Amino acid sequence: MNLFRLDGHEIPFHPGQTLMDAALAAGAYIPHLCHNPELAPHGSCRLCLVRVGGRLVSACTTPAVANLEVESEVPDIQASRRAIVQMLFVEGNHICPACEKTGACQLQAVAYYTGMLTPHFTHFFPRRELDASHPDFVIDFNRCILCELCVRASRDLDGKNVFAISGRGIGSRLVIDSPTGKLGNSTFAASDRAAHVCPVGAILPKRGAYAVPIGQRLYDRAPISQVGDVAANEGRRAP
Amino acid sequence: MSLQSPEAIDQVVATLLRAQGNEPERLLQHLIEIQGAFSHVPVAAVEALSLALGVTRSRIRAAIDFYAFLHDRPRGNFDILFSDNITDRMAGSEALRERLCASLGVGLDEPRADGRVTIGLTSCTGMCDQGPALLVNGLAVTALTSARIQAIADLVEAGTPLADWPAGFFAVRDNIQRAGLLLANPETTGAGLRLFLELGPAAALQEVERSGLRGRGGAGFTTGLNWRSCRETQADDRYVVCNADEGEPGTFKDRVLLSRYADLVFKGMTLCAGIVGSRRGYLYLRGEYRYLVPHLEGVLLRRREQGLLGEKILGRQGFDFDIEIHLGAGAYVCGEESALIESLEGKRGIIRKRPPYPVVSGFRERPTVVNNVETFLAAARIVEHGGYWFRGEGTQISAGTKILSISGDVARPGVYEYPFGTPVSQVLTDCGGEDAQAVQVSGAAGETLAPAEFGRAIAFEDLPTAGAFMVLGPARDLLEMNRNFARFFAHESCGFCTPCRVGGRLLEALVEKAAAGQASAYDLEEMRAIGNLMRQASYCGLGATASNHVRDVLDKFPGTYQRRLRDGDYTPAFDLDAALSAARALTGREDAGAHLEGI
Repeated sequence: MNLFRLDGHEIPFHPGQTLMDAALAAGAYIPHLCHNPELAPHGSCRLCLVRVGGRLVSACTTPAVANLEVESEVPDIQASRRAIVQMLFVEGNHICPACEKTGACQLQAVAYYTGMLTPHFTHFFPRRELDASHPDFVIDFNRCILCELCVRASRDLDGKNVFAISGRGIGSRLVIDSPTGKLGNSTFAASDRAAHVCPVGAILPKRGAYAVPIGQRLYDRAPISQVGDVAANEGRRAP
Repeated sequence: MSLQSPEAIDQVVATLLRAQGNEPERLLQHLIEIQGAFSHVPVAAVEALSLALGVTRSRIRAAIDFYAFLHDRPRGNFDILFSDNITDRMAGSEALRERLCASLGVGLDEPRADGRVTIGLTSCTGMCDQGPALLVNGLAVTALTSARIQAIADLVEAGTPLADWPAGFFAVRDNIQRAGLLLANPETTGAGLRLFLELGPAAALQEVERSGLRGRGGAGFTTGLNWRSCRETQADDRYVVCNADEGEPGTFKDRVLLSRYADLVFKGMTLCAGIVGSRRGYLYLRGEYRYLVPHLEGVLLRRREQGLLGEKILGRQGFDFDIEIHLGAGAYVCGEESALIESLEGKRGIIRKRPPYPVVSGFRERPTVVNNVETFLAAARIVEHGGYWFRGEGTQISAGTKILSISGDVARPGVYEYPFGTPVSQVLTDCGGEDAQAVQVSGAAGETLAPAEFGRAIAFEDLPTAGAFMVLGPARDLLEMNRNFARFFAHESCGFCTPCRVGGRLLEALVEKAAAGQASAYDLEEMRAIGNLMRQASYCGLGATASNHVRDVLDKFPGTYQRRLRDGDYTPAFDLDAALSAARALTGREDAGAHLEGI
């Protein structure tokens, strides 16, 4: 059997699997935000950095190789991941106590996992708008972390291309394909896969934000390293 | 009918589609033309292109938003962009820009009320040896002086069409100062291609392999190996792409190669096509070099007439290859080969995931060789003279010669060709830059050298370089270089990965904080930490190299930052007095009582 070692633990893999695929299948947690096993690896958030042969690589894009020694939960890598999470926090407007998604947000959960206590960096305080034009869903761009999961799900799973990333650099932003640029004028539907892959509180269903009370939510009950992604848990609940 | 009526827009789009086709990958080329016609891409054009090309509106808008030379709102009839490389600034570009803004009564990036003109900044336009430079409606104007700026102001006010501006304004000199193996003789005949037909592709590839040629764009991958991988990958089609997106600040040698040696570059591409089995090549030309298009099209046309391009090259059945020019539109990241391929396909220039590498799956998911202009030129010479001829110069690891673009505080800026292994000190002597305080080798992404290192050699094993060589004289403030480069990288980050997208902006803010005399020792450590994260965690080479300049200046020229530090270990980023500016503006107060003293 093909095996590599993740922090000394043996992880089996099939040829063609990435380090992330194999770790997820084995129930080993490598933090990530832009990865979803239903979609092709993306490699943009950089949270799944692991060290292989002295170099940092993203676990989600690196093919598994037999006998590889992979370092993950070591202090310097955790510090790098924490800095990346902090960068995501200051780039947008993430106010956890005022967010409907609190307790079931992967950004927040990964922040806890990496031991983030403060945003550390200077806040950018961008001015972004909220799009409530759709009858069933609202988009709060303040919380978008540019993981492109909705872009990819709409394109690759729904066959729709409702979302795209526009601009570049720090001006990169999520845009919607419709004559007005509003979600309500797009072909987006609550039944789309794209409606259910957002790891943060950017794409939210209307009416029902507090159906599960704060304090009893996914990551209120157990850390992300044990229960995994929001999308995976949603999938289990509503097949 | 006004110029921008919906009918006029539809007509322009329809003409474009007829002339250039409605392949989705033509999108960027269409957008560049539309921008030229209307000084922006009007909504009606987005709608028309979306329908005709079958591309979503959002993808079109995303492209407009990505490329610096495309706009969704009108620019002025004269759209003037000052090249903003550190060498332009050293030559006084800021004062000239302010003067032009004042003369014409416009601020930065705001169209004048009458729509006559906009003035903005753009990344290095590749005219560092004859700066300061600017682009007006995409055309390069060099050697700016106060007199030339005043003349430009008058021409703009008079509404004089560019065709009637003095031709001298647009003159670009080649400035070839030192020629070696590659530059010695710009003349070329069909001999190389005839020899290739005699040798056959396998033997020609062996010569390229024997030469030890490595890619001249910076990464230094072995060219022969690259071509062999492409040749041996099973596929129904293959492509040859020449990377002429010379965006690295301080590099301009490809501009000269394309002006003077275009035949050799195209010949190198044709040989590559013959070796790997490609029928189609592209020259991806940075938008800043648009002025070269008529010249390059002329060379291509002549080569077709001479039987050196097109079907049955030199009469050989089955040797078909032609080259098309694709323009970029202001995006440094497109110099990276996979981003370049995305751009060639008409999309935003975002790095692709690797593997697969372009030689296995590149343009249209077919095996694609992407090489620098200089690499193709060298390959053309190698096939003609043999691999050993090339190996005869350079070092064991770095065969042959390297063409440098030398600019900054030197007596004789221009293009210099040296055998690999040449020490920096000799280059400085030759170009008249002996009193250099620092040399920035290989552009903003390269390495900052202090005088103690001038004995180091230009070579892959010591100082790898894509060719830029910017010299900073004794009076220069290296912090100005850091400010310029930090701004450049924050502007040019594609935004795909977190460390480069956010880290680049954070680093820029800290460099500015230091420049304002507000930084503490803590901030310097913070700059190192952010830079280190960018280096280790970024997705591609842009982010990985974007902080080198800050680290190098901190390490090698510590006084640059130390002498500006505010007392104390820590200075907050939050400036209370600045935060009150909105309140002052609202209340119309600017008196002393509305300011906080000494905070």
